[in-house]
Amino acid sequence: MIEIKDLHKSYKMGSNSLHVLKGINFSVAEGELVSIMGSSGSGKSTLLNILGMLDEADSGSYTLDGVPIKNLNEKIAARYRNKFLGFIFQSFNLISYKNALDNVALPLYYQGIKRTERIDKAMSYLEKVGLADWAGHLPNELSGGQKQRVAIARALASDPKVLLADEPTGALDSKTSYEVMNLIQEINDEGRTILVVTHEPDIAAMTKRIVNLKDGKIIQDTRVDQVRAQENV
Amino acid sequence: MFDLERWEEIFDTIRKNKLRTFLTGLSVASGIFILVVLLGIGEGMRNGISQEFERDAANIIYVYTGVTSKEYKGLNPGRRIRMKNEDFNYATLKHQDDLEYRSSVFRIWNGVVNYGKESGSYRVEGVYPDYQFLENSGMIEGRFINYKDLDNFEKVVVLGNKVRNDLFKDSKDPIGEFVQISGINFKVIGVYTDPGGEREESRVFMPISTAQRVFGGANNIANMAFTLAPEDNFKDALAASNRFTADIENQLKESHTIAPDDESAVNVNNTLEDAKRFYDLIAMIKFFFWGVGICTIIAGVVGVSNIMLIIVKERTREIGIRKALGAEPLSIVGMVLHESIFVTAIAGFIGLIASLLLLEFVGPFIETQYIANPAVNFNVALTTVFILVIAGAFAGFFPAWRAARIKPIVALRDE
Repeated sequence: MIEIKDLHKSYKMGSNSLHVLKGINFSVAEGELVSIMGSSGSGKSTLLNILGMLDEADSGSYTLDGVPIKNLNEKIAARYRNKFLGFIFQSFNLISYKNALDNVALPLYYQGIKRTERIDKAMSYLEKVGLADWAGHLPNELSGGQKQRVAIARALASDPKVLLADEPTGALDSKTSYEVMNLIQEINDEGRTILVVTHEPDIAAMTKRIVNLKDGKIIQDTRVDQVRAQENV
Repeated sequence: MFDLERWEEIFDTIRKNKLRTFLTGLSVASGIFILVVLLGIGEGMRNGISQEFERDAANIIYVYTGVTSKEYKGLNPGRRIRMKNEDFNYATLKHQDDLEYRSSVFRIWNGVVNYGKESGSYRVEGVYPDYQFLENSGMIEGRFINYKDLDNFEKVVVLGNKVRNDLFKDSKDPIGEFVQISGINFKVIGVYTDPGGEREESRVFMPISTAQRVFGGANNIANMAFTLAPEDNFKDALAASNRFTADIENQLKESHTIAPDDESAVNVNNTLEDAKRFYDLIAMIKFFFWGVGICTIIAGVVGVSNIMLIIVKERTREIGIRKALGAEPLSIVGMVLHESIFVTAIAGFIGLIASLLLLEFVGPFIETQYIANPAVNFNVALTTVFILVIAGAFAGFFPAWRAARIKPIVALRDE
């Protein structure tokens, strides 16, 4: 599903250049639930941003579902993001003036789907995350866990190949974190490929594979026995 | 622009951001409102000043005489100069090709006018038929004096509208009635109105021949009034008028034995000189209000641009989210512009309609001397709205375009 070869990325900081990713080789098969771990500054968020086409690598190749991702202009990148990827952010990133239903429907708007169909689809995804009763509420009327579940529903709405979650539990208490992870596991059980960036070992333990990053390199890549979040709820 | 889905999205955004929309709209609407009202008042001032100057024909030349101030050819200063019919006849004959209207005036002092029990003291003047046009008078009822009245020494009078109202109240039709002036019956043949207002309408005109005969005026006249035939442009008109003025003055001084440098014996009042000042003034007023108006538009454009910048800045994070969800750069620019054009256009028209309503319903009640009928050219007002909308869109385009170009990851980090 994801195929990365010799990925480099550096940022210019004034006169200095900060080499963040130093040759990442990494592949993810369909249906995997992978966590990317590392201390802050290890490059894990940068890697996720490149995978999410929110940022561009300096060199190396990236293939997503058989499509080489390179020399993208904004327009094509936007189309690919819409088609292939669903994002889940630490800070939820819901649009504050839109209610839960409209937030979930937004990716469908950019797919050019008609309004009534959009609303139907969005509603079914809200049901899936257990928030059908909250459809008409604005984000600031929802709890952190509820916001993240709306964000997950939104990420799923466009039926993407891969879900990318950047510290999805970073802003949540542990009980809510496990609920969110439980939802992510259930989605993975249905066969969807998911990448989770986290620095919390207990969250990483709930995935099927842990990739450890340090100073821009993968130092460890192990398959683990998944801890079901359900047991901790 | 005609994408229904986009419209839904825009209306959604507007509905959920009422304060932002209201503030943008308010600044645009008030800008247009101020501009249109300003232009309206400018137009009103122009009308008001025009009315002030409209009393008489704009190019009228008055000739009147006074007392000599200099000794000349053995004659003492302090002589009162009196113009005669011959002076008028000579002038009209000599300049007959140049003149448009001409009249001499014989003034009757102590002009007490009676009708039944009503009476009043008015200026009573013997004039020529042309005097109607020299005074810019219009007839409300009946007719003005004609040459037949003059030839036959008819005892007829034309009353000013105020005189008519004073003597006849509202009740009777004055035409054909007889009024007494110094005890002599005169038949009323017409009532006139004058743009100069009540003061100019409290006069009574009769044929000059009748006036001179009945009131013992011999062949004396008090003053003369002329207008010259129109020229192609103002410069030629002014030159012709100055030529004529000088000629009349010289001729009068010669025939009445007045020193050529005597300033007080003969006065020729050339209103075209005044008219020039008047036109300059109107041009200045117009220029001033347009200047202020254009500055207001510029301020409005800057205001709209400012709001657009803030809106785009405020929405940077939202734009990042939208891009992460698959929005193309053009759709972002389109969304921002679509909303801003829609809001500014609606607000602009609201401001336009409000100001036009104000001018329409309050304007006629403004009764100061120098403002009359404030109004604004609808096309001009409409054009300003379009300029403001286009400028607002233009000003909004660059920040929107920049926002759409920002990498989503940077936009998402924006707090």
